[in-house]
Amino acid sequence: MSDSRASADGMTSMQRVLTTLGHQEPDRVPLLLLPVMQGARELGLSIQDYFARPEQVAEGQLRLRARYRHDCLYSFYYAAIETEAWGGTAIYREDGPPNAGAPVIRRPEDIDHLRTPVVEDSPSLLKVLETTRLLAEEAGGEVPIIGVVMSPFSLPVIQMGFEAYLVLMHEQPERFEQLMRLNEEFCVAWGNAQVAAGANAICYFDPVSSATIIPRERFLKTGFEIARRTLGRLQAPSTMHFASGRALPIVDLLPATGAAAIGVSHHEDLGALKQACRGRLSLLGNLNGIAMRRWTPEQAEAEVKAAIAAAGPGGGFLLGDNHGEIPWQVPDRVLLAITAAVERWGRYPLHWCRRD
Amino acid sequence: MLDAARAESDPLTVIENLVRPALEEIGRRWEDGDCALSQVYMSGRICEELVEELLAQSSESEIPHAHALETTPPRLAIAVLEDHHLLGKQIVRTVLLAAGYKVIDYGRQDVDGLFERVRDDQIDILMVSTLMLPAALRVRVLMDRLGALSPRPRVVVGGAPYRFDEGLWREVGADAVGLSAGDVLQILERLSQADT
Repeated sequence: MSDSRASADGMTSMQRVLTTLGHQEPDRVPLLLLPVMQGARELGLSIQDYFARPEQVAEGQLRLRARYRHDCLYSFYYAAIETEAWGGTAIYREDGPPNAGAPVIRRPEDIDHLRTPVVEDSPSLLKVLETTRLLAEEAGGEVPIIGVVMSPFSLPVIQMGFEAYLVLMHEQPERFEQLMRLNEEFCVAWGNAQVAAGANAICYFDPVSSATIIPRERFLKTGFEIARRTLGRLQAPSTMHFASGRALPIVDLLPATGAAAIGVSHHEDLGALKQACRGRLSLLGNLNGIAMRRWTPEQAEAEVKAAIAAAGPGGGFLLGDNHGEIPWQVPDRVLLAITAAVERWGRYPLHWCRRD
Repeated sequence: MLDAARAESDPLTVIENLVRPALEEIGRRWEDGDCALSQVYMSGRICEELVEELLAQSSESEIPHAHALETTPPRLAIAVLEDHHLLGKQIVRTVLLAAGYKVIDYGRQDVDGLFERVRDDQIDILMVSTLMLPAALRVRVLMDRLGALSPRPRVVVGGAPYRFDEGLWREVGADAVGLSAGDVLQILERLSQADT
């Protein structure tokens, strides 16, 4: 893949990302754009048909990277794919990611009989692994391949429904712990299977741990400990992603989870996050994917510029959206404008930041 | 605190002076980022139990909203559009209950099903909760369908997509947006006054 090779300045995407994760300034701010369903559009397929064959998803990712020149390949299909492994279903739609079908845990008592699924027994997960292998062959170690897991702590939202899960968490601590044990085993096995297939990093989606969903004191007793245990067993660096949820009230705790980076929300001050994380955690974000749908190219440039000014100096920053997936409705011209803006304003050293 | 209030006041006054302000304060804190969703939900759950208990202590004639809504406008309904996450709807429903409103809960609906229910029940104000952007955009289709009714029901939208795009509720043609559950009471009062 010719576009995976080093840029004119001599850095490959892998070098660029690793440099910034080491809190040094690479040649430019890495762009982790994370388009997913857009691969279907590239191949002229429906979203459902696109995800039916792993080679199509690999081809879609390669074409998207050629178009937008971002710095990663993303083997993510959709969040509900993990519940398929647990016996659930995904409900497809034409204009967005598939939703999880009916909960696999219908009553708290079901947890008593639940068993951790085997990754290799899930046709859906095997497709993701095959996509990862194909991408790894093409990337040749020069473009990071990002795999995805739902955190053990957040997966129950689709395993049993948000409301039932909150009640479980607050009112049935023993069953909650039992579910976490099962989910941790699954998460570690699933993450490491992706690493074995060629993923260089794992994005650990954990919106329930965000300060938007639970208070700090509960996070300390639950999501924090679970993340620390789980990330420590993954055989690749991880990003703890809050999928638009707020992280500032817990950010001082996050380095101890072992995460190398965190995915942060548009609803928070990126400069304040940078100040809190400098030299300890890299930041991924925080473009507003929902509002992006209506941006003009000029707005896209202004948003990119503002994010780079807030978090770019010194490295430790990867530009991306704040949710971990670009919505289907975002126009191509906006994504191209983001790419152009990173090229224009993301080149290190960022003298213009100091000037402005 | 509840026992003390109950010793001094009738059940409806306790709801009005104690439960409703508590829920509104929690809503404000959520909007300001000082309160987490789990706290909003669990406090709402507690308040819902309290309100049911207090209403059970009141005679039907003492419940002005509940009684009035059986026969006079506004008739209220709430639904989740095209999603299985019902949490936001549940929280809003609790706030309405605590404020003495009766609301028909349609649960999860698609556009066709929701339109038919609203039409058949002659709903005046419909509250629609969405989680994902595609569902939030589908409100536009719902609004077009509802436009054929006379009078057209007012529609209040809420949910994550509207929190991330301040102009989205206008784009889909809704009459109002609630950024927190606490907003809904003021919105209802405003819409009701506008209709009269």
